[in-house]
Amino acid sequence: MKYIDEYRNKEIVQYFAGQIKKISTKPIRLMEVCGGHTMSIQKFGLPYLLPDNVELVSGPGCPVCVTSREFIDRSVAYSRLEDVIITTYGDLIRVPGSSSTLEKEKANGADVRIVYSILDAMLIAKKNKSKRVIFLGIGFETTAPSSAAGILKAKTAALNNFYVYSAHKVMPPAMETLIDEGVKIDGYVGPGHVSTITGQGIYENIPRKYNMGVVISGFEPVDLMQSIHMLVQQIENNDPKVEIQYSRVVKPEGNVVAQKMLDEIFEPRDDWWRGLGILASSGLGIRKEYEKHDAEKMIEVEVEETREPKGCICGLILRGEKKPKDCKLFGNVCTPSDPVGACMVSSEGSCHAYYLYNR
Amino acid sequence: MCLSIPARIDKIVDGVATCSVGKSSYNTSLDLIPDEDVKVGDYVLIHTGFAIQKIDTEEANRILSTFDEFRELNEEMDREEQEQNKRII
Ligand code: SF4
Repeated sequence: MKYIDEYRNKEIVQYFAGQIKKISTKPIRLMEVCGGHTMSIQKFGLPYLLPDNVELVSGPGCPVCVTSREFIDRSVAYSRLEDVIITTYGDLIRVPGSSSTLEKEKANGADVRIVYSILDAMLIAKKNKSKRVIFLGIGFETTAPSSAAGILKAKTAALNNFYVYSAHKVMPPAMETLIDEGVKIDGYVGPGHVSTITGQGIYENIPRKYNMGVVISGFEPVDLMQSIHMLVQQIENNDPKVEIQYSRVVKPEGNVVAQKMLDEIFEPRDDWWRGLGILASSGLGIRKEYEKHDAEKMIEVEVEETREPKGCICGLILRGEKKPKDCKLFGNVCTPSDPVGACMVSSEGSCHAYYLYNR
Repeated sequence: MCLSIPARIDKIVDGVATCSVGKSSYNTSLDLIPDEDVKVGDYVLIHTGFAIQKIDTEEANRILSTFDEFRELNEEMDREEQEQNKRII
């Protein structure tokens, strides 16, 4: 396929592997903060191509994984309401809440539907005017603009039975918190599709304040190996900066239309991240002008008390402090078909990627 | 859900593009990119039903051609290694 196959070329991957080996002298840890990267890195076995002194760790880049149990619990509670249809991206349906999952509720008769896009959810709302249709909005800057576009459309079209329950988050506060809290990393492989929307400006603080580089990377093996090479170069030359490897897609200024759309609909609010706790201005709440479509404001429901699963170290994994193999439950009690924690459910979760490709 | 794929625009009607990826076809909203930016034949990155960026094919081709140089360099290194019978890297 065009613009995919070329970036899977073995010889070029090998070339970068060779270059990295050649120039890299110190032990370093590079963190990727995008679930898509985690998946590619494991799928193509990139850690095995790197010299021993270059280590890759995954950070809080899987939206499903960082989402709170409380969000799942509330979604479950919504799904139990008589006149509600829950619409969601597929990843979320099997994530364990405190006592149930959306999948279980569906089996018990709740109307839970998987959609590919918020636009599909809106069609469902249009066809089911006697129901309240709630779309579960999760994801970072890449996905949030589509929720924003949906909410704007719903307002314009007076689609008054359509609601979004937002758990949308933004990446930079998490990236800075990890460094503030002393997690040992030497550079970030920057999230390619988040940056498609935001541009590179949101990371400029990281080299400035923390003396650490960010290279915004594409998702194919050649992209990732080239990005790692760029980071190693920065580190060896002591020249931390924000660079774009994924230049065929990411513009320095990002996607301005999408940024405006985000700003029109959402406002920053404090939000909870698995592994990191509450981070200031890291979440996106729906602005008052659009509250008619805000499930949290418009639909009251009683939610059970949140309980976290025993033994799951998902939080530490999302901080890059542990690897899935360090979890006692990994691969025995916790598997993709019977997941204990969110990191095993999502195809972008570290535990899932390790289970599939690196057991 | 974070997967985004490069797709070719085959048709545009009222801000909705029909795009193809390999043999599959998708309807994609163009709400998130400036109207004047895209036309039939362009490649866009699609994510959850929305085009989120036009792929800069010139830039892509420029980078791909630098990769060709890398490939040659790599072959050269392989040859040298064989001649000297030792691994350079
Ligand atoms: S393997 Fe399962 S239980 Fe262990 S950290 Fe991962 S998700 Fe949690």
